[in-house]
Amino acid sequence: MSQSPPRATHDLGGVEPLASRPIDRTEHELTQFDKNVDAMMYLLSHPSRRIIRVDELRRAIESLPPHEYMRLSYYEKWLRAIHDLLLEKGVLDRAAVENKLAELRLQMSDEAKA
Amino acid sequence: MADAHVHAHQDHPHGPDEHAPIAAHGPSPESALLERAIRELLIEQGVFTADDLRRQIDLMDSRNPAVGAKLIARAWVDPAFKQRLLANAKAAAEELGIDCSNAPDVMVLENTPKRHHLVVCTLCSCYPKAILGIPPAWYKSPEYRARAVKDPRGVLAEFGTHLPDDVEVRVVDSTADLRYLVLPMRPAGTDGWDEDRLAVLVTRDSMIGVTVPTAAS
Repeated sequence: MSQSPPRATHDLGGVEPLASRPIDRTEHELTQFDKNVDAMMYLLSHPSRRIIRVDELRRAIESLPPHEYMRLSYYEKWLRAIHDLLLEKGVLDRAAVENKLAELRLQMSDEAKA
Repeated sequence: MADAHVHAHQDHPHGPDEHAPIAAHGPSPESALLERAIRELLIEQGVFTADDLRRQIDLMDSRNPAVGAKLIARAWVDPAFKQRLLANAKAAAEELGIDCSNAPDVMVLENTPKRHHLVVCTLCSCYPKAILGIPPAWYKSPEYRARAVKDPRGVLAEFGTHLPDDVEVRVVDSTADLRYLVLPMRPAGTDGWDEDRLAVLVTRDSMIGVTVPTAAS
């Protein structure tokens, strides 16, 4: 048998020790965050826009550093992937995202003081 | 914090009807901020509107396992519909008014006395969302994804499902382009039941294949 290439982080079928662990069956209600991210991806991938395709989303998720892949929640991974793809495609530019984040932080600290 | 509720369930058995606890979970503050920033920028740039987003969220909220249960119950009472469902699941779903346009392909797999299907997505979490809604957290968990293909009977047992040894368990791995939905066997003791009464027996988990529906209340 020839040597197989190393398994990618997301390629989990049969991987130990995960494959020997019990499954946490706790049900999670979707948060507004989860719903927003899910809906944004649907709208971005819709045939009327075709800004991000599902296979591109998967490629971006699967390219996350392994520790991020295992640490982030499901829709946090989607969000990171959407962010990376929107920058890559030039739909958003990095400066605009940074400015918006700064603006939101300021707004939130003002709200906290009020 | 989002993934910090890993705890083993070895201390008590799981019956198929047990309600699993519901955990609170949310994004990290950085993720919440980033989501808001991207959403607001995309709306400001006219990529989509706030109304588009709200409508899509309402639509996803309307997709839930009860929709899939209607399909299964119809297949149980109408053999011709069952054949159409097995041949072309999306077209059959459209017959019942379930909008599957823009959804990836769906294949329905029929359980028989000799063959049981278990659905997993080892690579991510592909699921027939247009019919069942968002998958449960455990379906997306690394443990389920790793284990379903290696120890399917152990996974079934954890969900309280014990199949005779002569029943073949076939594990199917969903992909982004093809999602599987299990057509469970109609439970014994349901002769003469109408569709609505049958649909109540069809659970989300039975359409993933981790449980089988029963007529016992």
